[in-house]
Amino acid sequence: MNDATGDRGRGGRAKAGDKGRRHGGAGGGGMFRRRRICKFRSEKIDHIDYKDVKLLMQFIPERGKIQPRRLTGTSAKWQRKLQVALKRARELALIPYVTD
Amino acid sequence: MSIVKQYELVYIVAPDATEEQLAELHKLVEGVVSRFSGTIDRTEALGRRKLAYQIGRYKEGLYVLEVISGPGDMIKELDRRLKVTDNVVRHLVVRVDEDLRIAARAKARRQEAVGRRRVARGLPAEPTPEEQMRLAPRPDERGEEAEA
Repeated sequence: MNDATGDRGRGGRAKAGDKGRRHGGAGGGGMFRRRRICKFRSEKIDHIDYKDVKLLMQFIPERGKIQPRRLTGTSAKWQRKLQVALKRARELALIPYVTD
Repeated sequence: MSIVKQYELVYIVAPDATEEQLAELHKLVEGVVSRFSGTIDRTEALGRRKLAYQIGRYKEGLYVLEVISGPGDMIKELDRRLKVTDNVVRHLVVRVDEDLRIAARAKARRQEAVGRRRVARGLPAEPTPEEQMRLAPRPDERGEEAEA
């Protein structure tokens, strides 16, 4: 739980420094900034397979919730596709709905 | 007269099912598909997997993937039949033809763009075998990163 709140704080700061993203580092002031790179764009993945557990698990933290894109940097287009894939995988019991 | 679409069917069979029962299930699918004059493009046993959560009294299951083409009515019937089959723990049918077409188009477009850029830099559009050798280790690195 502590982790989650920490993440949110960092995410918020990254958002504040959003404008500075292009001229790298200027806004951050040496602060740790989460990388804002869409995995699917940068790795040129054209299709998310709902059976690809290894890929999907990267977007499922321990609790089992879908990681928001403000934390992963996934682009809106791919987050939509990812969401569908994750939900299909859940239905097939490939990834959990919840874990306690 | 109906439009043929491509679907992926995944079903989870109870872990205590025998080979014959699996073959029987495949025959059931085959029967429905042929009745609607569809085709089974690919059958793949994904094997025994631990379920992410318990379904009924099962903690693991045998996964089977079938890629089939046919009309929508066929899927309706398949869905109904699988629902009443006892040793199928769960099944999912997903239409894939459109998604795959979109993915193929994206890939083609990207490759074309790469080719154009390469030509602009005075290189041949396709990477030479030499370059491919140099680029080859990269997917491995990526794989390791994904595991970590």
